[in-house]
Amino acid sequence: MNVVVCVKQIPDPADPGALEEDHTLKRTGKLILDESDSFGVEMALQLVDKAGGGDVTLVSMAPNDETSGLRTALAMGAAKAVLVSDPALAGAGALDTAKVLAAAIGRVEGADLILAATESSDGYTGTVPEQIAGVLDLPSITFAKHVEVADGTVSVQRQTELGYDQCESPLPAVVSVTAGVVEPRYPSFKGIMAAKSKPVDQVTVADLGIDASAVGAAGAGQQIVEVTPAPERQAGEIIEDDGEAHLKIIDFLDGLKVL
Amino acid sequence: MALSTIWVHAEASDAKVATITLEMLAKARELADTVECFHSGPDAEAIAATLGAHGAGKVHTTGDLGGGLAGVHLASALAQAAGAAPPDLVMFGTTYDGRDTAARLSVKLDKPVITNNTDVAVEGDDIVVFEPIFGGTQIVKTKFAAGAPAIATFRPKSFVAEESGGAAAEVAELAVPDSGAAGAARVTDRHVEESSGPKLDEAAVVVSGGRGLGEAEKYQIIEDLAKALKGAPGASRAIVDAGWVPYSYQVGQTGKVVKPTVYIAAGISGATQHMVGMKGSKNIVAINKDPEAPILSIADLGIVGDVHKVLPKLLEALQSRG
Repeated sequence: MNVVVCVKQIPDPADPGALEEDHTLKRTGKLILDESDSFGVEMALQLVDKAGGGDVTLVSMAPNDETSGLRTALAMGAAKAVLVSDPALAGAGALDTAKVLAAAIGRVEGADLILAATESSDGYTGTVPEQIAGVLDLPSITFAKHVEVADGTVSVQRQTELGYDQCESPLPAVVSVTAGVVEPRYPSFKGIMAAKSKPVDQVTVADLGIDASAVGAAGAGQQIVEVTPAPERQAGEIIEDDGEAHLKIIDFLDGLKVL
Repeated sequence: MALSTIWVHAEASDAKVATITLEMLAKARELADTVECFHSGPDAEAIAATLGAHGAGKVHTTGDLGGGLAGVHLASALAQAAGAAPPDLVMFGTTYDGRDTAARLSVKLDKPVITNNTDVAVEGDDIVVFEPIFGGTQIVKTKFAAGAPAIATFRPKSFVAEESGGAAAEVAELAVPDSGAAGAARVTDRHVEESSGPKLDEAAVVVSGGRGLGEAEKYQIIEDLAKALKGAPGASRAIVDAGWVPYSYQVGQTGKVVKPTVYIAAGISGATQHMVGMKGSKNIVAINKDPEAPILSIADLGIVGDVHKVLPKLLEALQSRG
């Protein structure tokens, strides 16, 4: 079975985020594999392993030639990657992202299953996997917290407001996975070394047959008017626990009449 | 300029309308002359009165999808209906089915969808939406520039639900075109997770635990405290990812948005991912051993201390009050 995993390379969420003058996210520092995507990569590796053969292929896009995050996922065990790298992609909205990724997925032969995280940690639109399914005209199951494949059918526990729905779909299909669906492995030293020489098929938007003026900020159909600071929440009283801090909490709750 | 028509995604379970739907209806009424709902599921007749009371003139329903997922089928139906006469704006909640349907609709209509908004306004001829970023420290204002309909998703608790005293919404059929292979995914069974006590996103008191608890077994005291306070237990993404508690406990950007009377964060440092889901709480109490933890900068009462010492004493004191 061949599985494609959509992954995103993002600025380290532990660093304070910043915007460029055109309101796009600053991506000049070191980019890392979005932690949310490590779950999809792990899931794909396990499914291929269980199926007894096949490849895990990564698909990603970036406005520059960035591959450091891809190397992390390759080090985990993915076989190869397709990177759509094009300055025209700066400022791309969710729909354009889906169109580009869908076209890139088209370059991978015999994809049975397409996995993605439910949402990226930086943009967090949470719509791209379902939009990819829409563009490719494939069935989809989102917000998966458990995934199994057998006999050409993917079975998924899909998160709901009340619990979960047991769902199934014939392959090929798109499935988005929640964090925690599996425990991502750490790349081994051997894996890290091997990743350096794994193939990364780097293409431009034009290579995919997509008009560069139709994607990116110019084609997004939406325009950022301004970015303003939100009203700040003031810090209140901060005390050091002297063994009696719990009483302070009780007093506070009493004052709010919630006890 | 007021808008002419807004469509609002109506979600319901067990014939009870989701709060997010009523919140969006309140805002939609403010902006447009005509507000209508669209819906999939078996319970349109049962919810028509509530939707009408909150300002919806009509509810267009696909009816029961027979196991089909809402995203693809409801979006196909909407795209077909919008082809004849598109509304100015289509509003979805940032919910599981809301996001799926908005995503599929955006592809069908080749229009952008702007997600995670907390407000919407009409400025001149433009519809603009407001989205918090970087843990809610900054607000991005974006205008739609691709023509009607504008498609947007809204975070829960962005608006205040309020009845307008309208008559029951008229129930109309929404035809569902055949989606072919793309519509092949099905729900085969539904599982409802039993939970006692109030729901996380409705509770007046929320007690959340994070990585600072040290190990999964230590989460029990969060459950005990929540119970003693008649509140709901919550969690940071870190310990949900680590498998200590189910995803349904998660408060944050991914997960639930909560605005309780009081939010108690124990052993949570305050990653932006978490803060965006709870900084709307009316009062915040934080307990963290690191005086530099970001959560302390937004707490009304911050305790710099060891959760393993403070929480047991707090629980004992609460229980002794009966």
